[in-house]
Amino acid sequence: MQKPRVKLPDSATVGEVIEIKTIISHNMETGQRKDLDGKIIPRNIINKFVAAFNGKPVFTANLGTGISANPYIAFTMKVPGPGVFEFTWTEDGGASTTEKQTLNVA
Amino acid sequence: MASRMKLDRKALARREVLLGAGGVVLLSTFLPRAFAEDKSVPVATPLPMSTPPAAWQDAIKAILGEATPLPGKIAMDVPEIAENGNTVPFNISVESPMSEAEYVKALHIVSTGNPLPQIGAFEFSPQSGKAQVSSRMRLGKTQEIVALAQMSDGKFYMTKRTVKVTIGGCGG
Repeated sequence: MQKPRVKLPDSATVGEVIEIKTIISHNMETGQRKDLDGKIIPRNIINKFVAAFNGKPVFTANLGTGISANPYIAFTMKVPGPGVFEFTWTEDGGASTTEKQTLNVA
Repeated sequence: MASRMKLDRKALARREVLLGAGGVVLLSTFLPRAFAEDKSVPVATPLPMSTPPAAWQDAIKAILGEATPLPGKIAMDVPEIAENGNTVPFNISVESPMSEAEYVKALHIVSTGNPLPQIGAFEFSPQSGKAQVSSRMRLGKTQEIVALAQMSDGKFYMTKRTVKVTIGGCGG
């Protein structure tokens, strides 16, 4: 999997509800399409996305085949204080990518 | 010379076909709207509830279990008309104080017209602050999108929205 992109606000205050935007390159193959020989292209999608803050899961997305290629996911969090985000994308078959980013709290 | 004639005729025929196709596209974009305003004309209703395909009904049943969903609480921001079914943006939020005592556990999104009904299930926690998610979905054709919110007290809320799709997102 390719390196994902994550957008956090430049700074936040404690108690503020911030929006976190994430995107990752992935063709999200549905398992419904056929190749030129008429064989079904096996399903391979990112089926899970987890965002944890200081080790505590905040948001989980269980993705189905109905999510577009290069999945974009934006969600919110109420800032408890400074800390580190850990985002994990997992595809069919278990391969995963993790991205860490520090949230600056004013 | 004969071959030239044939070529010209072919080109002409193609032009006619193109014109015809243009006409059909124009018709299909404007007719449904014109009809929608005139209530006396029957319109092809998007997926009547009386004959739903089994797959998405089963998917909803699997989420709900024995619970009966209540109306309201969910705000669905989806386009009325999606030009490209491959990427249809959505922003769905659920009204909730998001406190430890009362929060939205999960938001399920089900397609009623795709070959596979699962779009996504998003899990929140009180730390989420708001029960809100934005992403992009694939829609194979014009259909209803169902959003189901699962609350921390076990209640469910359900909202539906119809999205008209001009070009399907399933290789069609």
